[in-house]
Amino acid sequence: MMKHSRRRFLRGLSVAIALAAVPARLLARATDAFKATELEDANKALFGQLPLVESDAVNLKIPAIAENGAVVPVTVSTELEGVQAIYIMIDENPNPLSATFELGASSPADVSTRVKMGKSSMVRGLVKTQDQVFYAAQEVKVTIGGCGG
Amino acid sequence: MAAEIKLRGKIKDGVAEIKSLMPHPMETGTRREESGDVVPAHYIEEVVCQHNGESVLRAEWGPSISKNPYFAFRVRNASPGDVISVRWTDNLGESGSGELVLK
Amino acid sequence: MKNPFDRVLLLSAVLLSSFALASPKEDLAAFRAFYESRFPEIELADHADGAYALDEAKRAQWLEMEDFPPYEFAIDEGEALFEMAFSDGESYASCFQSEGRGIKHLYPMFDEVAGEVVTLELALNRCREAHGEAPLDYEGDEIAALMAYMAYTSRGQTYDIKVPEAGLGAYEAGKQFFYERRGQLNFACSSCHLQSGGGMLRAEILSASVGHATHWPTYRFKWERVGTLHDRFIECNEQVGAQGLAPQSASYRNLEYFLTYMNNGMVLNGPASRK
Repeated sequence: MMKHSRRRFLRGLSVAIALAAVPARLLARATDAFKATELEDANKALFGQLPLVESDAVNLKIPAIAENGAVVPVTVSTELEGVQAIYIMIDENPNPLSATFELGASSPADVSTRVKMGKSSMVRGLVKTQDQVFYAAQEVKVTIGGCGG
Repeated sequence: MAAEIKLRGKIKDGVAEIKSLMPHPMETGTRREESGDVVPAHYIEEVVCQHNGESVLRAEWGPSISKNPYFAFRVRNASPGDVISVRWTDNLGESGSGELVLK
Repeated sequence: MKNPFDRVLLLSAVLLSSFALASPKEDLAAFRAFYESRFPEIELADHADGAYALDEAKRAQWLEMEDFPPYEFAIDEGEALFEMAFSDGESYASCFQSEGRGIKHLYPMFDEVAGEVVTLELALNRCREAHGEAPLDYEGDEIAALMAYMAYTSRGQTYDIKVPEAGLGAYEAGKQFFYERRGQLNFACSSCHLQSGGGMLRAEILSASVGHATHWPTYRFKWERVGTLHDRFIECNEQVGAQGLAPQSASYRNLEYFLTYMNNGMVLNGPASRK
């Protein structure tokens, strides 16, 4: 009986230590931004009053015509220095904010994933430095297949 | 029989390029079964990537990331023998992880 | 005959009917010759990639998906299922040559004793039944996962399907099915994949039939799962407004026999992702 509860206590202790090691700041989620149904509201929740600047320095790699709206491959990258975070937004999705990526000092600004798109839409890749936000945008068409689709 | 995160990585000029594939339904919460019942939202909310135990990247996802998410990222100052770990947590409190020793 | 398309159809029908009594070898030569002339700039072997051999932008996206494809989990599941022992202690390995690895390209084959075409899915279930296990649902995830694993172990093998004298009837039935119109839209497999191969059907590019059987089972992005060739036959038939037949029914097995014979000389590259 004693042995069992001791083992349980130790396991609980190690979990508590692991959680304590993670700074409190990192545990908060950008819930408001994810919940926003309008692009403007998502931007405001994430960036406040910061202007969003379209820039060639941001590379958004995404197909012009998606093979299938459920799996659209996307890469956002930039050579800009001091990038703290990368964001992916899909204007016409029910909630435009798709993903955020907080980068540590040793993480180059280069992330890839696959996103769902409900319909043809502008897709945006944004990068945030200390006090600026740059982005690239591309229109992606999502088609309904023919009889073979 | 939950599958593990699949991880692949290669080092080029000291930068590790990591690719991952995570088994997860990524349900949006708006899809309906044939019965008409809505399939509840079940999606990865957070992904934490570590390099030798140090957090290097933290992602927050909504349900518009595709089912069985693919996620690729890079890590500087990587050497053979380094350990890359990826851990996800979803909106129902479930989590999964995977580890890779770089070659 | 006002409609020029009808004239093409009649010519094709005349040409094709003249092949009805040709040997499978002659059919294959004519089939390949047709696609070589329809797609002069594409290597016959490349048609194994289907529509991805026909469009650069689609191909680029497909290659990105194939770099870390969604069917990887199905391959692992399939491997686990394949190695699981039956209740009598035996496993799938005992039913197949080479312990069941690297043999998918041998299927379908004509079973002269049973007098029918045996596909790998059918063989898997017969193996289960021989060892006291209930058969798997042909439209379910387990059979698809097993097929994904078996295709994976057989990648790179070259097709050389045989049609013995006894199998000619089944081969001809499969060929007949391929060229026969059906459904509300009155399309045959050949209507889209032979006569209109490379053409557009709304936003879809129609793939060539040569190489059609090489890449199964397939993870269709549309299905969000791995599915079998017969799943696709059912879907295609329903899409032209025809009744989908039962998976592993004689008609579909014969069709698979014909289609796979038409792949002879090509390399197995399943499982694969497709739109």
